[in-house]
Amino acid sequence: MSTLQYLILIPGLIFVLMSVASGLIWLERRLLGIWQDRYGPNRVGPFGILQVLADILKVFTKEDWVPPFADKPVFIIAPAIIVVTVLITFAVVPFGPRAGLADLNIGLLFFLAMSSLGVYSVALAGWASDSKYSLLGGLRASAQMISYEVFMGLSLMGVVMLAGSFNLRTIVLAQKHMWNIVPQFLGFIIFMIAGIAETHRLPFDLPEAESELVAGFHSEYSGMKFGMFFLGEYFGITLISAMMTTLFLGGWFGPVLPPIVWFAVKTLAFICFFILLRATLPRPRYDQLMSFGWKAMFPLSLVNLLVTGGLILAGR
Amino acid sequence: MSFQETPAQAAGGTAADNTAISELAQVFKDAVIGPEHTKDGVPTVWINPDRAKEVLAYLKNQSSRRFSMLYDLTAIDERVRQHGPAFQEQTGGDYTVVYHLLSYEANEDIRIKVPLSGESPAASSITDIWPAANWYEREVWDMFGIGFTGHPFLKRILMPHDWQGHPLRKDHPARATEMGPFSMPDAKEVQIEHEIQFRPDQWGITPKKADTDFMFLNLGPHHPGTHGVLRIVLELDGEEIVDCVVDIGYHHRGAEKMGERQSWHTFIPYTDRIDYLSGVMNNLAYLLSVEKLAGIEVPDRAKVIRIMMTELFRIASHLVWYGTFAQDLGALSPVFYTFTDREMAYRVIEAVCGGRMHPEWFRIGGVAQDLPQGWQTLIKDFLDYMPKRLKEYDVLVMKNPIFKARTKGIGKLTPEEAIDWGITGPNLRACGFEWDFRKKRPYSGIEHFEFEIPTAADGDCWSRAAVRVEEIKQSMRIIRQCMDNMPEGPYKSGHPLATPPIKKHTMHDIETLIDHFLNVSWGPPIPPGEAAIGIEAAKGNNTYYLVSDGGTTAYRTRIRTPSFPHIQALPMMSRGLMIPDLIAILGSVDFILADLDR
Repeated sequence: MSTLQYLILIPGLIFVLMSVASGLIWLERRLLGIWQDRYGPNRVGPFGILQVLADILKVFTKEDWVPPFADKPVFIIAPAIIVVTVLITFAVVPFGPRAGLADLNIGLLFFLAMSSLGVYSVALAGWASDSKYSLLGGLRASAQMISYEVFMGLSLMGVVMLAGSFNLRTIVLAQKHMWNIVPQFLGFIIFMIAGIAETHRLPFDLPEAESELVAGFHSEYSGMKFGMFFLGEYFGITLISAMMTTLFLGGWFGPVLPPIVWFAVKTLAFICFFILLRATLPRPRYDQLMSFGWKAMFPLSLVNLLVTGGLILAGR
Repeated sequence: MSFQETPAQAAGGTAADNTAISELAQVFKDAVIGPEHTKDGVPTVWINPDRAKEVLAYLKNQSSRRFSMLYDLTAIDERVRQHGPAFQEQTGGDYTVVYHLLSYEANEDIRIKVPLSGESPAASSITDIWPAANWYEREVWDMFGIGFTGHPFLKRILMPHDWQGHPLRKDHPARATEMGPFSMPDAKEVQIEHEIQFRPDQWGITPKKADTDFMFLNLGPHHPGTHGVLRIVLELDGEEIVDCVVDIGYHHRGAEKMGERQSWHTFIPYTDRIDYLSGVMNNLAYLLSVEKLAGIEVPDRAKVIRIMMTELFRIASHLVWYGTFAQDLGALSPVFYTFTDREMAYRVIEAVCGGRMHPEWFRIGGVAQDLPQGWQTLIKDFLDYMPKRLKEYDVLVMKNPIFKARTKGIGKLTPEEAIDWGITGPNLRACGFEWDFRKKRPYSGIEHFEFEIPTAADGDCWSRAAVRVEEIKQSMRIIRQCMDNMPEGPYKSGHPLATPPIKKHTMHDIETLIDHFLNVSWGPPIPPGEAAIGIEAAKGNNTYYLVSDGGTTAYRTRIRTPSFPHIQALPMMSRGLMIPDLIAILGSVDFILADLDR
């Protein structure tokens, strides 16, 4: 692709993602409303869809408050980190046979690296706020994210072995006849759980845990800085759903409909599933989450790796 | 069905008095000043202040009856009382400290009264006998200025720390207009802000141990997990709670002082606001004592209506607890479902009472109005609707593995600890101790209903939840029986003190018209005496200890609420656990700030 094409494509993708994320906010509130026997936002525009626009306008006109006791530069940069790292990762996602920004041969590693960098956002936000609630939230977040990305990575190695490549496009093409969810079901489950933990959504929203830590790491944030964490979370959900589609559900493959539609449908299904989880489950305790990770998920992902490797060897 | 009083109730337990008191008289010959006869029949005995502690320790540990629970501890300012008990005049006491003990083994109460005098009277602290006495003694100090020697931390508990005077003393004004204008200059505000900053040593906790400096986390007064204005200061090692102190009083409205100003009749609406989730249940606790003082016999229909409405409110209260408890543990949806269900209960309540949360619907001698036409259909709809929903919540909440992991083994209480700390109601039954006023001391004819008292074994958060869920089902059974067996007859007593009197009579005979006029303008004069009748409220045992001096207002209104001792036990339950566990414990004990601070 030429530079010009990139210059058009990149803002285009960002625009699409922004719309998707803000659409998700509306979707989540409506879906939660349906599942919780209430309406959700239904006043602004058709079906309340313009509610998000109203909220965005509101959040932009809020006072941009930095607490006097905060570490100012770090406090300001922290919310940007999460948005940037997640947005950059979208560059390697293959949306369709010819759609996608970058065709990296280490695409999967790039995704893992960027999601690791996301930890900085939360940890720094918790630290720079100089508030005990934020600090506790930041501590929980860093411990949780660092632990869960260990086997998030491990759970994907089975997929890599099957495709023989770290390139996401190659991985999708390798699923032409059978989606990875069938041979790699265990890996799929582990990746999904780790993905929820990485985006700290309920039931793994311990860094925020509003009934315990008020708002956790972003207790002291307001206005658009808070909005960035909020957006980052929704970008994160979209990213994890897109990755699950790519790695386990055959990416853009599907009958009749055009490939990009299939990709969108699968991703949306996962997003809805995440929202349903949020409506259903209570939150485990911090130490329970950690021991579940290290004592259950970690050995399981190793077993998955061994079995997959063994089967591939035996099949040769 | 008949709704006459049981023999035990009618006798007021007078036969038992004599043995409990005579035992004391034998053992402590010189300490006992003498017995007093009260309207509620609770054995009451006056004890010499110097020996009171000894007597109380004896009653707890050695007495043949084992009065193991300190049910209530309060005081009365006797200085302007006209018709006080003979011993109070004899001893010349300005103040009386009242200890209300409960024996579970013998199902008996005893009330110990200790006369005190002077501008700064003092009694001995009994915190080393009952840990629960700690807050009660602080409250008495705060409200009456009665000191307790040997108390570990005798500071104000409900009033601001810089309050002048002791509010429940008779010479303290009751309304703001009697107190002069309020002013808060900037300098004073800064000074107060400075003074209320948290200093661990002032709270009797050490900021470090060995080589660890602990972190202090100020949880509240405004915090999403405390259900209202409750302040908990946590001493943390990481996220582990080393110690915590609870600071209450942010929701204090002076309900007991209001009781001394409002007439017996106009105080009823204030009771609704004590435990504001269980509406008319508070009315019942108050009115049972008033009616005991006045000697009013409530007609059967009114009794059954009262039972039906209180049980309906028990369900409403438990539904709020169910949803918010789940929310405390991070489950977002149940709170919406249970509030919808409570709305169904409110449909019935609204049709019957006209009000929803605060119907203030019971009256001295009965209820405000007869049931509306078609009430059975509403009740039936509600009873048919609920079981399906409860089954759903069982799957969504109680059987959820994450929920179980968060609540099993957390905040454990043994029955002995619970009794020592004054814990009652579902929280006590969750420890495997079956005790319910509805079975042990039936009121309002509840002994004629068939229902069970659910208990659980472990005394942890999960057990407390399980007991409440089962209680909802039992309350539904009671309501169904009320519906099927509603007796005919008047809904209000014809007694002259019943307020307001039955309207149709006032139009026909002059006596009732005079009663009506006086009771509504001045309020009914309740004969002098004292009474305290406990009921099984939604959150535990609720008692109004009322002292009448023969006037149209209470001389002293003491409100013994369940939340007060429950929250006092919070540090004991949460030490060594983590912050999320503290939130789980707070949710599971089911307290209400208005019930805690009054």
